[in-house]
Amino acid sequence: MQTVKIVVTGPFSAGKTEFIRSVSEIDVVSTERKISAEAEKIKESTTVAMDFGRITVDEDLILYLFGTPGQRRFDFMWEILSEGMLGFIVMVDSARPETFREARSILETFRAYAPTPYVVAANKQDALDAWDIEDMRVALRLDPKVKFLPCVAHDKETVKKVLLELLYTILAEMETSNKS
Amino acid sequence: MALKGNLRDFTITQLLNLVNLACKTGTLVIEGPGDVARISFREGKLAYAQLGEQESTLAAILRRNKKISARQYTILQERAQKMTDKELGLLLINAGYLSQTDIIESLQQYFVAVVRQLFTWVEGLFQFDTNTLTPLDKIPVRMDLENLIIEGSRQLREWEQLSQEIPSLDMSLKFSDRPGTNIRNVNLSVEEWRVVSYVNPKNTMRQIARTTKMNELEIRRVVYALLQAGLVEIIRPGGASVSIQPRAFPTTDKKEQKSLVYRIIDRIRSI
Ligand SMILES: Nc1nc2c(ncn2[C@@H]2O[C@H](COP(=O)(O)OP(=O)(O)O)[C@@H](O)[C@H]2O)c(=O)[nH]1
Ligand SMILES: [Mg+2]
Repeated sequence: MQTVKIVVTGPFSAGKTEFIRSVSEIDVVSTERKISAEAEKIKESTTVAMDFGRITVDEDLILYLFGTPGQRRFDFMWEILSEGMLGFIVMVDSARPETFREARSILETFRAYAPTPYVVAANKQDALDAWDIEDMRVALRLDPKVKFLPCVAHDKETVKKVLLELLYTILAEMETSNKS
Repeated sequence: MALKGNLRDFTITQLLNLVNLACKTGTLVIEGPGDVARISFREGKLAYAQLGEQESTLAAILRRNKKISARQYTILQERAQKMTDKELGLLLINAGYLSQTDIIESLQQYFVAVVRQLFTWVEGLFQFDTNTLTPLDKIPVRMDLENLIIEGSRQLREWEQLSQEIPSLDMSLKFSDRPGTNIRNVNLSVEEWRVVSYVNPKNTMRQIARTTKMNELEIRRVVYALLQAGLVEIIRPGGASVSIQPRAFPTTDKKEQKSLVYRIIDRIRSI
C-alpha cells in the first residue's frame, strides 16, 4: 500500500478541520482540547494536535490530509507535518482580515520548509462580511501566479475544487522541472 | 545570582526596565554579533554608553555633534592626546568655548544613540557587573530610562511584526515581474539601494544581511519596505523553478509519479 499526503494549514479558526471533514472518508481524528486564552475564545475548542483525514484512491494508494495546529506556539509541529508532502493548502478566513498577516506568515514559513506546490483558499466566502477575492489577493500580497480559490469548507464541491487545483499545480510543476 | 543571559530570552528593554525599577548601579556588557557594548548606570539612571571600537572620546562626540569643527578636532587630536575627557571638558568650559550644557547634551545624545542601536540586537550575551562603574576618565551623565524603555518596547513590537511578515531569512529575493514597476523611478534610501544591489535568487536574505552588515531587524525592515512597494518578491533560493521533493512520492519514476497524481485527481472528482 502506498501513501501520499497533503497538508492543510492556515490561522486558527480558518476552517481547516471543516475542510478536511468535508472530503474525508473517516471521521476526522482531531485532538481537540479546550483553550481558554482570551484571544482564542472565538471557538469553543481548538485543534492542538492535528486533524487527520483519509481518502482511499484505489486498492494500493491512500491520500492523507493533515491539518496543522493553527497557533504559533505549536509551529514545531509544522515542519514535522510538512515532511514529504505532495503540496499544501493555506486556508484563510475571508471574513477576518485581522488574520491575513498571520496567514501570510504561515504561507512564508511553509514555503521555506520545502519547494512544494501550494494553493491558497479564501474560505468562508459564504459569510456576510467576506472580503472579495481580488482584495484579499492584494492584502495577502499573493503573486498573480499563485492560485487563489474561493471556498466554503462545508460545501464539498468547493473543497474538491481546491484539492483539484492543487493537484493540477503539482502536475504543472512536474512538467517544468522535467524540462529543466 | 549574576545577572547574565542572552538577549534572545531577555531583551534590552527588559534589562533597562530592571535597572530602572531596581535602581541598579553597575555596567551592562553585551557581546552582540560582531560588537561589544558597555552601558553604565548609576542608581537606575543611564550614566555612560560605549559601542565597540567606535571613537567615543569627548572630542569625537563633540565633532559628530558639530560643536567643534573638523579643524579644531584635528588640533585637539594632535595636542590634547594625553588629556582625559574630564580635563578636556573643563578646559573647553573654562576657555568659554562651550557651556557645560553643550557638553552634557552632546554626551547624552551619543549615549542614547548607542542604546538605540542596541534595540536592533536580537541576540547577544549580556552580563551585568555591579563592580564596574563609568570609566574614571569619562564624564558620566544622569538620564532617566523611562523614555528609552518606551521607545524600546515600540521597537520590540516592530520586531515581532517584521518577523511574522518575514519569518525566514533563508529565502531569497527577486525583482517582481509586475508590468509598470521600474526600480529606477522609486526613491530608495541608501540602505535600500544596498540591499537592492544584491537581489538575486542565488543570494539568501541572510547572506545579503551579512554582506551589507545589517542585523536581522535591519534587513527585515528594508525587505519589508521593498515588498510593500511591490518591488521584490520572496522566493526559494537558487532559482524560480520549483522542483518536487522526491520523497513526497513513493516512487522516483517521473511517469509513475504523474500517473499517481492522475489517479488522485480521478478519485477526487468522483467524491
Ligand atoms: N460560514 C462558514 N463557516 C465556516 C466555514 N468553514 C469553517 N467554518 C466555521 O468556522 C469555525 C472554525 O472552523 P474549523 O474548521 O474548526 O477551523 P480550524 O481551526 O482551522 O480547524 C467553525 O465554527 C466552523 O464551523 C465556511 O466556509 N463558512
Ligand atoms: Mg481545527
